[in-house]
Amino acid sequence: MKSKTIRRWSAIHTWTSLICTVFLLMLALTGLPLIFHHEIDHLLGDAPELKEMPADTPRLNLQQLVQAAEQHRPGEVMQYFGFEDDEPNGVVAIMAPTAGTEPNLSHTFMLDARTGEALEMPSANGGFMMVMLRLHVDMFAGLPGKLLLAFMGILFVLAIVSGTVLYLPFMRRLKFATVRRDKSTRLRWLDLHNLIGVVTLTWALVVGVTGVVSACADLLIAAWRNEALTEMIAPYRDAPPLTQLAPATRLFDIANEAAPDMQPDFIAFPGTRFSSEHHYAVFMNGDTHLTSHLMTPVLIDASTLQVTAVVERPWYMDVMGMSQPLHFGDYGGMPMKILWATLDVLTIIVLGSGVYLWVVRRKALKPAVKTAESPA
Amino acid sequence: MKPRKANFWKVFESPTIIALFSAAGLFAALLGDGLWDALSWLGLGIPAVFALRGLLQRR
Repeated sequence: MKSKTIRRWSAIHTWTSLICTVFLLMLALTGLPLIFHHEIDHLLGDAPELKEMPADTPRLNLQQLVQAAEQHRPGEVMQYFGFEDDEPNGVVAIMAPTAGTEPNLSHTFMLDARTGEALEMPSANGGFMMVMLRLHVDMFAGLPGKLLLAFMGILFVLAIVSGTVLYLPFMRRLKFATVRRDKSTRLRWLDLHNLIGVVTLTWALVVGVTGVVSACADLLIAAWRNEALTEMIAPYRDAPPLTQLAPATRLFDIANEAAPDMQPDFIAFPGTRFSSEHHYAVFMNGDTHLTSHLMTPVLIDASTLQVTAVVERPWYMDVMGMSQPLHFGDYGGMPMKILWATLDVLTIIVLGSGVYLWVVRRKALKPAVKTAESPA
Repeated sequence: MKPRKANFWKVFESPTIIALFSAAGLFAALLGDGLWDALSWLGLGIPAVFALRGLLQRR
């Protein structure tokens, strides 16, 4: 590599990293507790504890659950029901003053699927973990915050690529994993920056790219609504708004008939951004490990209960679906979470050492510039 | 041009192998539980071990 080329890549690496470092440090620090949000919720007693009951206790049907939710929060309407694998007797309910209310103003709680008893989920509505989540997702700034973080993610990816290019000239005379400890602090941290940076490269790229995809989720959902939904709900465009919804009782059966071999993941009630004004949308996911992250919505007319459509998934919704586990690291048990946290801390070290190396190098360059200028 | 190419692989051989392990680790746990999970711990454990070894090694 010519020295001019090296200098050019070096400038790219310096500036892309410097601009995104503050944001990435924030993301890496807030991301750390989020990896363990499940465990932290249990530890703080924020996770809802369902009563022990015989395994064959009958479960309420969906309409009875809707009524239980409405009794719990009178004056509000249903937005979503969510179903989790690890809590088969609980249903996550999300309600708000109107169906179209933005997600951050909604109230999330759990219903016991057998008794209809409502259990609060404090960490889903506020508190420390919510602050971590909001900082991590949009810095409390909504869509502009998300897009800014997406842009920082792109800079991070550029910094990784340019750093990898620079790895070659820096390591040409050194054996892999050499850390020179006895020369100077700067050399030690340069070697560590190079070593840790290059071994965590793949993980950091994957988490970075999937983070950018997740940050653009609002736009992807809007695109999906425009593309897939608008066409399907066109016949309903002039229909009056619904005053009464048909009972939700049989939604699962109806969705299962339309999309066999799939499991319900969540139900979007009419008027939310995952449904239409006139439809229930039951989001089904596949029953294999890989396809469990991919959603197929079944649109069900909310007054006749006829299936309007099984919505086809555009490729970018699949990318969004697969991005989630690959960003969260929640798909390989506790050892994976620990590895995820380790790699996250290692990334913090790469970011910190990068800033340190830049500061030291600037200090070293300054007197040289002065002496060069002094004769003039 | 030849010596440069040799140089390239000398520098990038180990990082490439580690990158392949990491990628396999990230992918494996998406396919199933049990053995697949264990494979992902191995794949992601390798970069973590190399980094920690460099960081904690004394002399």
